[in-house]
Amino acid sequence: MSTTSQIRASFLERWRSFRLATWLGWQIESNWADPFLFAIYSLIKPLAGTAILVVMYSIITRSDFASPVFPYIYLGNAFYMYVGQVMTGISWAVIDDREHYKTMKYMVIAPLHFPTYLMGRGVARFIIATISVFVTLLFGVLFLGVEIDLAQVDWLLFIASMLVGVVMLAMMGLILAGVMLLLAHHSWGIGEAVAGALYLFSGAIFPLEVLPPALRPLGFLMPVTYWLELLRRTLVGPVAQAFPTLAALSNLQLMGILLGLTLAFALLASFSFRWCMRLARERGLIDLVTNY
Amino acid sequence: MKLLDDYYTITLRQPNKFANFRRKTMDFAILSEHLGRVYKIRGAKKAEAKQIIALQDVNLEIRPGELFGLLGPNGAGKTTLIKILTTLLAPTSGRACVAGFDVQKEAPKVRPRINMVSGGESSGYGLLTVRENLWMFAQFYGIPSRQAHQRIDELLAVVGLADRANSKSSDLSTGLRQKMNVVRGFLTDPDVLFLDEPTLGLDVGASREVRRFVRKWVDDDPTRTILLTTHYMVEADELCDRVAIINQGKVLACDAPATLKQRLQREAIFRMQVSPLNGSGLGALQGLPGVRKVSLHEQNGASTLEFILEREDAIAAVVNALTAGETRILHLQKREPTLEDVFVDLVGRSIEEVERAEQAEG
Ligand SMILES: Nc1ncnc2c1ncn2[C@@H]1O[C@H](COP(=O)(O)OP(=O)(O)O)[C@@H](O)[C@H]1O
Ligand SMILES: [Mg+2]
Repeated sequence: MSTTSQIRASFLERWRSFRLATWLGWQIESNWADPFLFAIYSLIKPLAGTAILVVMYSIITRSDFASPVFPYIYLGNAFYMYVGQVMTGISWAVIDDREHYKTMKYMVIAPLHFPTYLMGRGVARFIIATISVFVTLLFGVLFLGVEIDLAQVDWLLFIASMLVGVVMLAMMGLILAGVMLLLAHHSWGIGEAVAGALYLFSGAIFPLEVLPPALRPLGFLMPVTYWLELLRRTLVGPVAQAFPTLAALSNLQLMGILLGLTLAFALLASFSFRWCMRLARERGLIDLVTNY
Repeated sequence: MKLLDDYYTITLRQPNKFANFRRKTMDFAILSEHLGRVYKIRGAKKAEAKQIIALQDVNLEIRPGELFGLLGPNGAGKTTLIKILTTLLAPTSGRACVAGFDVQKEAPKVRPRINMVSGGESSGYGLLTVRENLWMFAQFYGIPSRQAHQRIDELLAVVGLADRANSKSSDLSTGLRQKMNVVRGFLTDPDVLFLDEPTLGLDVGASREVRRFVRKWVDDDPTRTILLTTHYMVEADELCDRVAIINQGKVLACDAPATLKQRLQREAIFRMQVSPLNGSGLGALQGLPGVRKVSLHEQNGASTLEFILEREDAIAAVVNALTAGETRILHLQKREPTLEDVFVDLVGRSIEEVERAEQAEG
């Protein structure tokens, strides 16, 4: 086989894996016996979480909703929903297929690109998260005075940031999926747990300066930090710039850092997933079923 | 001279251990050399760590067109072997090739050419219909939709699931889901198909249908190969071209069922029903002159003894010993050897006894 046809075949295999996994993921995620449950899951749950944050903010600041701190927190919190959803969507597919549907061994021996398959499985959660984020933003604009002027939004940069951000989150999800391959017991909710832990290190609701100095570098290494900053700037430009952490950096510089870190995470994900897969094959974990 | 020979063997022959391997891979659908697998179980403390030798020095040469059976009790290592051959599990020693490629080093080339079905489990996406489940897997193998649907219809009809094609697979009974899984295996028309206890959990009728289809599928095309595992004697005997008998990770014998049974041509095989023995007196019988092997099956309060005797007239001593011990003989029958007898002859116990002992230990 020539090199070009090999590349073509490999590309087709990946595309097939992604397309079918997306379809399957959507069948699973949208399989709500009751549309009411779907509403709770994608709308009420995120709004309730946001409401808690808003109440806490209003108590601490004595309802200073005019401060630029408020949109900073509000947007950070809203977009952070993607982190948990995408990471969980991709990594949970490992546990789901292995333990619940018992199809993982059949997926692994099929001629599909397994990491691409897992990323496809995350798409549905991404779409649901998009609904949650949109509704949360709408709620903020309508009822809490978060000012997003659509004419002022830097759409090009916003879309570019979202695209890079999705890839970045997918890579983080893949790293977690590799870990899930090796974890046999009770890894329930690990996606949410990791997302929760990283919440503090991504400048989502407070600037990195608040962290103890020893922990700050972790925040600066997280691509999510730059991603959230870019999104805030594109949506509410001047307000976001009022914040000290990354104010010295231009949009282009931020984008450069985000791209660089995304690339680094992509390499890390590719390496670590392969390593985990090899270890899982050596230890016989691919069709492991724990009784929980 | 001896020393020189050893030197030659160790230093010069060793690197050539697999010299013929590459050439041979193309001739065989499945080939394994010195294949072994050890599971490490890590205990809470280091000292508690232990090893289970699941597979040991397995050498198989299976040609295209063969329906090859792997017969052995639970825990013999059958599933472990299948997992290695289907690229799911790494061996700890030796090597194996499937469809001409090394399962360890060339897994991506092996995968499009094989498929696997495990019995006794209900796998699949319950929220998809039977057809959707199957269609999706066909898609992963790059089979065009229209062709896939045609094959799905044909295969569902064969296993008697045609009327359930559009049912959600979660609405299917375990047996029917297993049939769907069997269809998934054949759907991609693999060169080499692995069936791990395909009839486990199926009722008698369904098992027969599946067996008939398995046989037909191999016979229809000489390039197709099946490796099937089972712990049912009859399945191995009636279905397979060749059978490997496996116990405790080792292949003890490998040949056509008829040839395996010929090993016991000179022996006399008797089946005897007696009043309940309650497990006692087996040792005494085993020690009688002319008795090669005895095994005991106890079911519903009735005891059945199976004897492999070196000579037919040794049965007299057996009868005497039993009557002296006040055991009543209810029925005595001389019969033809079966694979069960071959297993008893090789292992010393019947499959049933091995499994019972395993359960008692484990
Ligand atoms: N993942 C595992 N970890 C540890 N031991 C295992 C594992 N899988 C199988 N074994 C052990 O290896 C042996 C062979 O098992 P298996 O291949 O499943 O046998 P079979 O399929 O013939 O019943 C058994 O003793 C079993 O307990
Ligand atoms: Mg088994």
